[in-house]
Formats: sequence, structure tokens, C-alpha cells
Amino acid sequence: MISHFYDVIVQTVCRLLIPFIQVYGLYVIAHGHGSPGGGFQGGVILGASFILLCLSHDIQEMKKRLSRRAVLLLCSLGVIIYSGIGFACLFFGGKYLDYGKLHQILPVDLVGARSMGIFGIEVGVGITVMAVMVSIFLDLSSEEKEKGRPE
Amino acid sequence: MKWTALIAVCLTGGLLIYGTADMPDWGDPASPASLHVSPRYIEKTVEETAVPNMVTSVLADYRGYDTLGETTVIFTAGIACILLIRRFGK
Repeated sequence: MISHFYDVIVQTVCRLLIPFIQVYGLYVIAHGHGSPGGGFQGGVILGASFILLCLSHDIQEMKKRLSRRAVLLLCSLGVIIYSGIGFACLFFGGKYLDYGKLHQILPVDLVGARSMGIFGIEVGVGITVMAVMVSIFLDLSSEEKEKGRPE
Repeated sequence: MKWTALIAVCLTGGLLIYGTADMPDWGDPASPASLHVSPRYIEKTVEETAVPNMVTSVLADYRGYDTLGETTVIFTAGIACILLIRRFGK
């Protein structure tokens, strides 16, 4: 069991590092079009940043930024975004997940709409992966003990 | 009984290894996978999806159903962990 200690160096370094990790995670999601990366990888990086906040500070500190309820909602929100884009394509007269049909509502042409659709589902995947990572970590580490550090 | 199980496992494993002899060489350009769909993805990805990264276009567009399933698997894993580990009704 890890003893409870608070280290100024660890906390400060993590405090400085976490925003950059999160920006990098968003970059990996958004730049999945042109480079290795995408929803799964970026989501894991985002989730890891929240887990790092948990480890370096406190579970309470993390819950101020992302509550359990929000985590659970984000879990489902990602899948809803993904399947919602699929149903939107169905609505505009295409097949399920046929992003080309989305050009009717997006200010881009048919090929651009496919690109935008791919980006949309990558965002959905990223949100789900991030939320599930954080959710599993919270459940495994805290045993519903709201106070104190993860043990 | 243990010996029959061991023999069965060895026989099945041997059959599977024998079966790999018929598989195409790794990265063989004449294998069916390289001749059938791969060239189409390579040639048409930018034209059809405006995505320069082929992996992304295959993952999210051509194989969109597969990725939807993967996302659902991750979601299900998260929900299963919540149901199994989290304590309710305290």
C-alpha cells in the first residue's frame, strides 16, 4: 500500500505537465487525418493525463474537474456521437455511416463531408476511450472512498 | 485422461502449424489481400475521403462498422467494470 505523502516537486511538475499532455492528446485526436493517431490513441493520452492528476494530487482534486457522473455521461456520449453520426447519414438518405450524405448540412463538398464525418467519429471514440480509462481507474483505485489518495 | 488431453492439444497444434504452410508469405505482393482490396484503398483514399492517412480512412470510413463495434466493446468494458467493482447503495 502506498503511504500518503505529498511531494512539492511531483505536484508542481505534474501541474505543469498535465495541460501539455491534454493538448497533445487533443492534437493526436485532431491530427489523426494526417499522421499516426486518432481517437483511440488520443483518448488514452487524455485519460492518462487525468490519471496522472489522480496520482500526483488527490482523487478529490480530480473530481473537481471531472466528476463520476460526468465520466459516466462521457462514456455514453462518445458512443452516442458515433452512432448519431451514423443515424444522421441514414436521415439524409445514405447508408448507415455513409458520411458523404452529410454534405447537405456541412459547408463542404461530398469528399470533404467524408473527411468531416471521419473526424466526428474520431472525437466520439476519443471521448469514450478517455472516459472509460478514467472510470476504470477510479473504480479500481478508490473503492468508493472519496477522501484521500488512491491506494 | 491427462495424456489424451495432451495428445489432442498436440495434434490440434500440429494441424494448425501445418495449415500455416499454405498461408501466403508475409507481405507477399501476390497474395489475395494485396491484390483485391489494398490497391483500391491505396489508390482511392485521397480521392474519396480527402484523408491523407490511409489507416484512418480504412479504420473510420471503409471499416466504420468495425470501429463502431470496437468503441462499443470499450464502452461495455467500462460499464462492466462499474457494475462489478463499484459499490452501490451505501
